[in-house]
Amino acid sequence: MSEVKEVEEHEILKKVDPAPWKDVPLVLNNRDYKWVTDKICGIVESKTPTWWWWCFITALCIASFTGMGLVYLVSTGVGVWGNNNPVNWGWAIVNFVFWIGIGHAGTLISAVLCLLKQKWRTSINRASEAMTVFAVLCAGIFPLFHVGRVWFAWWLFPIPNANAIWPQFRSPLEWDVFAVSTYATVSILFWYMGMIPDMAVLRDRATETWRKYFYGFFAMGWRNANNHWRNFEMAYLLLAGLSTPLVLSVHTIVSFDFAVANLPGWHTTIFPPYFVAGAIFSGFGMVLTLLLPVRAVFGLRDLITQKHIDNMCMITLATGSLVGYAYAMEFFIAWYGANSYEGFAFINRAFGNYWWSYWIMVSCNVICPQLFWFKKIRQNTPLVWIISIFVNVGMWFERFVIANTTLSRDFLPSSWGYYSPTVVDIFTFFGTFGFFSVLFLLFLRFLPLMPMCEVKSVMPQADPHADH
Amino acid sequence: MSDIMDIKYAAAATFSSAKELYDAAGKVKEKGYSNWECFSPIPVHGLDAQMGYARSKVPRFTLAGGITGFFTGMLIVWFMNEFDYPLIVGGKPYFSPIYPFPVFYELTILFAAFGTLFGMFFLNRLPRHNHPVFEHPDFGRTGDDKFMIVIEVEDPKFDDEETVSFLEEVGGKAVQIIREPID
Repeated sequence: MSEVKEVEEHEILKKVDPAPWKDVPLVLNNRDYKWVTDKICGIVESKTPTWWWWCFITALCIASFTGMGLVYLVSTGVGVWGNNNPVNWGWAIVNFVFWIGIGHAGTLISAVLCLLKQKWRTSINRASEAMTVFAVLCAGIFPLFHVGRVWFAWWLFPIPNANAIWPQFRSPLEWDVFAVSTYATVSILFWYMGMIPDMAVLRDRATETWRKYFYGFFAMGWRNANNHWRNFEMAYLLLAGLSTPLVLSVHTIVSFDFAVANLPGWHTTIFPPYFVAGAIFSGFGMVLTLLLPVRAVFGLRDLITQKHIDNMCMITLATGSLVGYAYAMEFFIAWYGANSYEGFAFINRAFGNYWWSYWIMVSCNVICPQLFWFKKIRQNTPLVWIISIFVNVGMWFERFVIANTTLSRDFLPSSWGYYSPTVVDIFTFFGTFGFFSVLFLLFLRFLPLMPMCEVKSVMPQADPHADH
Repeated sequence: MSDIMDIKYAAAATFSSAKELYDAAGKVKEKGYSNWECFSPIPVHGLDAQMGYARSKVPRFTLAGGITGFFTGMLIVWFMNEFDYPLIVGGKPYFSPIYPFPVFYELTILFAAFGTLFGMFFLNRLPRHNHPVFEHPDFGRTGDDKFMIVIEVEDPKFDDEETVSFLEEVGGKAVQIIREPID
């Protein structure tokens, strides 16, 4: 089995002089397996650094803003938010779509790039999957509390209730319940399953009792046996195969929340692909925002190399350009479709009452990522980080533009209005960044932030046919 | 109390690279051993074929989960919106395989994912928090940078001396007998 065939010298090769293909290694400085294990496990096993406590406490304080906002909302009523006729969705839907979109890059990295055999994904996929899970949790807060009487939110699920009425499945909002809850569940399963072998490594290295129990419990008795690996690899591939259509469907269904409504600016078939591209774009922005500091703080330059940053920047550039194309195409179709309401909706987007948000969106999402064409910029890590922040800001504004421009100026001028968030809106949203950071910091502290087994298997030592 | 504190479980040899493990695994297979296993920090490419393992059966669980999920989705929509409490909404049919498709689709994926994870656990016979192989003093290194072949005593071809010397012959280092404590 699997004998290495000698490559025959092809005739053409004698005539031409092919340029040597320089494959940049994914792990720099010829590191060995032991170094990778010590590096990743060391982050979890070492004493909690002081900066971690400072960040954690700050994040908790910021998260308390969401807590306060929600307590005030539940005790008073959903009217404490700025939503009112005609803009009944306001920031709640904007924040929901924003956070869900952030999550999508994690699944893209872990699932789609796995199917495409992109080996560079290995050192960033665990942290991105963590980002997905935490972002979906942040997203869930908004629709959950927007229902007003949050203690009845379980009516969204098909559980018998005292009124004997079931959820009605003709509404895209109900599809969303299924899409988002499935997405959260499958993301957690995928994330957890990938972590099992690494948990086993931490279990075997543990000296303290609580670590032995904690990692031992989650490792489920994993033994690194080839039989285990065989089923694990198959399951991993299948979960990647399942997550790929899932991630595409989730943002498609999120876009149905808009596209199924008969409103100008929303009722378009471009929405599903446009939302998915935007989601991946914003997610990669967030991955860069999170991983560049992590790389610097933990000294992971040999594992998250310039090649990784280049690739992430290029995906951001590609998806940013796709989003820009979608903006242009929306305008074109609004004109070409010759529907006066549709035409007005788009003119109003760019030059109407919310013109400033439209142009923030265009400059952050379309113009900003174009800088990634230049190698010099991609190699300037602080600048990449700043651009990634702009991407995040731009994508929040995209959802704001879509939701608010249409609702504030609908068919009848008599029902026009102008929406502004209240301080409760702002606090609640601001706090979710703290909530997200709390979870992410806990992840960095207690869980292996890179899949050691996967990083090791893309190193040259993993090849059973090569002399190492 | 009996005098026997432990029983022999297996002979184990360590290797320092994927290539060494791969080559040695081929020889163990050739020799005709059947109750043996390789341990490695990574899934070694091609080792399944080398050890004579068939394709993993996890996909069956995934498929079963997916089919269950799809029909569960259909069943809940039909039962809730057509059978138990029909409600007219927007003049649309009570049940159709078309409009609630996102629900079927998501439940297909959800159940298939659960099938995959639990199928993996079932086929790997996990969770199992104790195993004689954990008694090997260097077992922890198999998750780090060591590779190991373990031939169990239960193997019909197992022989104390012969198996140990065979493992040394195929390049195994630190060959030793793993003993399982009994109480």
